Amino acid sequence: MTTQVRTEPITVNLGPQHPSTHGVFRMRVTFDGEEIIDVEPIFGYLHRGSEKLAEERTYVQVVTLTDRMDYVGSMLNNQAYMLAVEKLAGVEPAPRGVWLRMIASELQRIASHLVAVGFLIQDLGAWGTPLIYTMREREKILDLFEMLCGARITNSYLRPGGVFMDAPEEFWPAMNEVLDELPPRIDDLDDLLTDNDIIFSRTKGVSVLTPEQMLDASITGPMLRAAGVDWDLRHRDPYDYYDQVTFERPLHTAGDNFARYWVRVQEMRESIKIIRQCEKLIEPGSVRPEHDDVPWLLRPPVGDAYAAIEHSKGELGFYLVSDGSISPYRCHVRAPSLINLTLLRDMLVGELLADMFVSFGSVDINMGEVDR
Amino acid sequence: MNSPFLDNSLFRNIYCYLASGSDDCAARGYDVAILPSGFEWLAFALTAFIIINIVTNAGLGAVIVYIWGERRILGRIQNRTGPNRWGPFGTLTSVADAIKTLFKEDIVPDEADRWLFNLAPILMVFPVLMVLSVIPFGVGTFVVDLNVGILFVIAITSMSGISVVLASWASGNRIAIFAGMRSVAMLISYEIPMALSLIGVLMLAGSMSLGAIVDAQDIPFILVQPLGLFVFLLAAQAETSRTPFDLIEAESELAAGYLNDYSSMKFGIFFLAEFLATIVASMLIVTLFLGGWRGWEPIPSQIWFAGKTVLVLLFIMWMRFSWPRLRVDQILALAWKGLFELTLINIFVTAILIAIWPDPGITELLIMSAINWVVFFISIWAVSKLLRPGDYTAPAPQEDRPSYPVATDELPDEVAYTGGATR
Repeated sequence: MTTQVRTEPITVNLGPQHPSTHGVFRMRVTFDGEEIIDVEPIFGYLHRGSEKLAEERTYVQVVTLTDRMDYVGSMLNNQAYMLAVEKLAGVEPAPRGVWLRMIASELQRIASHLVAVGFLIQDLGAWGTPLIYTMREREKILDLFEMLCGARITNSYLRPGGVFMDAPEEFWPAMNEVLDELPPRIDDLDDLLTDNDIIFSRTKGVSVLTPEQMLDASITGPMLRAAGVDWDLRHRDPYDYYDQVTFERPLHTAGDNFARYWVRVQEMRESIKIIRQCEKLIEPGSVRPEHDDVPWLLRPPVGDAYAAIEHSKGELGFYLVSDGSISPYRCHVRAPSLINLTLLRDMLVGELLADMFVSFGSVDINMGEVDR
Repeated sequence: MNSPFLDNSLFRNIYCYLASGSDDCAARGYDVAILPSGFEWLAFALTAFIIINIVTNAGLGAVIVYIWGERRILGRIQNRTGPNRWGPFGTLTSVADAIKTLFKEDIVPDEADRWLFNLAPILMVFPVLMVLSVIPFGVGTFVVDLNVGILFVIAITSMSGISVVLASWASGNRIAIFAGMRSVAMLISYEIPMALSLIGVLMLAGSMSLGAIVDAQDIPFILVQPLGLFVFLLAAQAETSRTPFDLIEAESELAAGYLNDYSSMKFGIFFLAEFLATIVASMLIVTLFLGGWRGWEPIPSQIWFAGKTVLVLLFIMWMRFSWPRLRVDQILALAWKGLFELTLINIFVTAILIAIWPDPGITELLIMSAINWVVFFISIWAVSKLLRPGDYTAPAPQEDRPSYPVATDELPDEVAYTGGATR
């Protein structure tokens, strides 16, 4: 006679207050033992109505709103918004301003990837040591931002056609120092983490997404490149002066958590290369167009524009509609964090509870951007 | 009435101070007496009571020091200072935390099974304190030297698993239930390699008494029993649920696991038991593998013991703060496919060596340790081969990759389109 143990699934609410939901994300998860059989993501706890607020502000004031969307990638948000505004208003940017914002956004990409990698290891259960190591490097980049614009997180550095002020003299040696220190640190990270058997065995083959799945869900960024799709807007559709710099696009074929982690680590090295090239190519000049060309109260002609950049998390696009007044008629954000979450259920179903937050963290979402 | 415990200097000093004129005490040169003749039973009971208080409070005091030390070390590992505000070098921080914990509101959830909920913390701390009673802290400094010491330790420590299950069940919290399930799977699995890893030590020492094992260590058993130490260290980490085996609390997964609904001093007791368990585990490692209190004069044996314990604790902290957590299935695979085999190999090799040299002297022990270290490296290498996941196969070159339906080079020059929305 065989005895059958009767089991039943258990539904658990995880979040919004949970140590590793990267903010205020909530998931209603159904488990069979430790295995996940259903996930229902619930978000909106950090909704501040940024898109609506943008309709009440002038074009330059909206910059401060973009800072607060993805607060670990403020410079990149600024850049995407400015590209959209420039396209909408037909502003010809000042070259030095463009180089400066490329440098700023690549620095921000390194900082954002450092956070992503650090928190991924934290989700794996390390006691904060790798996280603090990556945060230490990020601090140096934030110090650079402080020299550039006086702010560390909510930079609001960019203006239509460039940046609001030139980098101080001390910025360049300081930046070179940071860039000299970073590659050995990233090598350390590789030695300590990439070659670590626990991390490797925890992340390999977990939450695999195929390129087809991701393309269907319009997932972009490191997640997509981790599955071997060579899609990087800096290369495919160069904005700013990215066509004048050369860089590699690190690709992995596995599409699992380890590949996503690995791609981010490699991308940091490429960002350093880009900044070095920008530093060579930058020339003295004005950092933003004359006031006569681009007034403070910008009144773009009636119409709409969409501009997208390769954010550290994926394609970040701003869609702006102008009715000819001083504020946008409609502002819509294509937020990579939100769209990359689309496949959360496919990623998690069939995995174990322990891997749930690791997979979740490997998407590298930011709740400020998901909920906006 | 003469006490059987007079070999124990800790006991003797107190007992003979209290009891008058007993022959044993007089023979050892004690002439102070407080209690009149005929009250030896009272002296016996009082002595036991005092010793229990000393050992228990020393254990709890050690926890306070350990928490401070761990925070400082964690700070150093993470490039920061750690607590340094309250007291010199922040030494009073744990005291402040203890007071804070004491003054917090004690909440019992409505869903909880009150009786079990309150019982669980006691069951958690009780066995750990019991283990302290058999550990020899120095020459003649122990509470009792049981002749089945190791058996007692293994039996008593397995009780902590029950308390975790009780706590998680009594909380009536679904997240805590996960911790309970994990603790059943993990703690029970690791009992087996933990117990088996000590068999080599037992064979070498020929006794289960912890005192006799220390006496038998003419060279520390870490040299003769590297595999035993390796397995015991990992199993002890799992039993005390330290990272990388901290599945039961798993902050990033289960918030705090079975501790989710505990607050105030009940939480404090769990916390205390957990840290005390780590200290006790290090003490056991010192006693069984590192020569216990043995050392060189003129440093007292108690200092040797404490120093070695601190070294082992530092090693455990180092592991704890560097590594991420293993997954449930990996932890169980490590126990059953890795550590279990290692203990069997260890028992087999040690048994053969003991059969060759039934009463080993120093030279024989050194030969045995050489053989054991070779076995150690070979078997660990084999087990890691078995358990490690294979590397990725080399990624195909870019042109050979399958073509995905990507709109690659056909993007229009001007992405933005105009016209449309007007107010």
